[in-house]
Amino acid sequence: MWRGVTDALGLEARFSQSGPIPLAVELTCAPGELVALVGPSGSGKTTALRVIAGLTRPAQGYVRCAGALWLDISAGVDIPAHRRKVGFVFQSYALFPHMSALANIEAALSHLAGAARAARAHELLELVQLADMAQRKPAALSGGQQQRVAVARALARDPAVLLLDEPFSAVDRRTRRFLQDELQDLRANIRMPIILVTHDLTEAAALADRLCVLDKGETLQTGAPRDVMAAPSSARVREALDLPEV
Amino acid sequence: MDWQALEVSLRLGALTVLILAPIAIAVARWLAFRRFAARPLIEAMLALPLVLPPTVLGYYLLVALGGNSPIGGGWRALFGHSLVFSFEALLIGSLIVNLPFAIQPMQRSFQAIPADIREAAMVSGFAPWRLLWRIDLPLAWPGIVTGLVLTFAHTLGEFGVVLMLGGSIPGQTRTIAVAIYDRVQAFDMGGAGAMAALLLGLSLAALAIVYSLSNRVARRD
Repeated sequence: MWRGVTDALGLEARFSQSGPIPLAVELTCAPGELVALVGPSGSGKTTALRVIAGLTRPAQGYVRCAGALWLDISAGVDIPAHRRKVGFVFQSYALFPHMSALANIEAALSHLAGAARAARAHELLELVQLADMAQRKPAALSGGQQQRVAVARALARDPAVLLLDEPFSAVDRRTRRFLQDELQDLRANIRMPIILVTHDLTEAAALADRLCVLDKGETLQTGAPRDVMAAPSSARVREALDLPEV
Repeated sequence: MDWQALEVSLRLGALTVLILAPIAIAVARWLAFRRFAARPLIEAMLALPLVLPPTVLGYYLLVALGGNSPIGGGWRALFGHSLVFSFEALLIGSLIVNLPFAIQPMQRSFQAIPADIREAAMVSGFAPWRLLWRIDLPLAWPGIVTGLVLTFAHTLGEFGVVLMLGGSIPGQTRTIAVAIYDRVQAFDMGGAGAMAALLLGLSLAALAIVYSLSNRVARRD
């Protein structure tokens, strides 16, 4: 668990509700740390990301990030999604189909002035190695290329937290390995909390500093991948992760 | 050919489209993206002009806008003449009759925008107005144009409501559809035929535009 200066810069979320999707989530993530939300499908992983981003409003709880209060139901605080500094990579990438790769990134740079915006968008395209694809529309890009544009767009807002929703699920195995390596490279350059939603335990263990196990909307156990997998705290965790019986 | 009637029809069509465009876009977007209990009822009310006989609609509008109604009385006090049997009454009737023609294609087109694309725009910092201009309108434009073209074509062809509300005052309320009826009554089949052919051509052109736009949307999906 992180303490002190990092507290103010990281992400801290605690929220719950009984329905329509039951939730009881407790989550922290320090700058530069990658926490993987793992659990079976329907366990509320994506919903948890949506609450952090401001796309879903829980019945109770709070979300604090980089020293700012984004959500506090009891205090009546609910900053709308467009004013939370969130970088969100959707499972489907959700690129704007009528805009070029470059325009997709520029669209998320509204906090910069015109000239700076174009320069920064080119810089981000280079960061994800797509400089020569700037004018292509999403339909003319491969799955892996679309994913990289989505990552560049998510980084464009200069976010306080990066949320990745199954970002590697829609590409083939080779592209996935390549993109996973790229994510590791990216982490060397950016220092922000990263939450990765995945149902692939091997992927989570390879990429994450900590795992956070979710089942039926409830966070069951959080810890280093090796610890969680070696010593699941309950039979439910073992089942959620589909680990073999001891 | 009754050029004056054609002019009244074109003016009525153009003004209906201009005034209805922002209203229909706002209502269609609201219906497309908001979930609330009364939505089916509102949708049903907006669709009424599709199934009601124009005379029924015309009757209620005549009562609502007539000299004894608050609207009609207020109009007379303000402008010194009655609202019914005026071009303004036709315009009000036309706006109401065209609500479903404008709103339904727009609503379907807004609903066809994938939810995650709009959400991606929100988390990319798009405030609601920017979401409208940069995402909703560019992605829903075929439906918006379809709604407006249908509205224009339908206004040119509207007969019952126009006759009930406006009568047939040359240069004021005699539209081309009413003029055709008048010519037939006067046994001027040649005059009626020329205007009927013009309406047929205009309607066919409008529908061809609508179908080519729907094909474009279908291809995009």
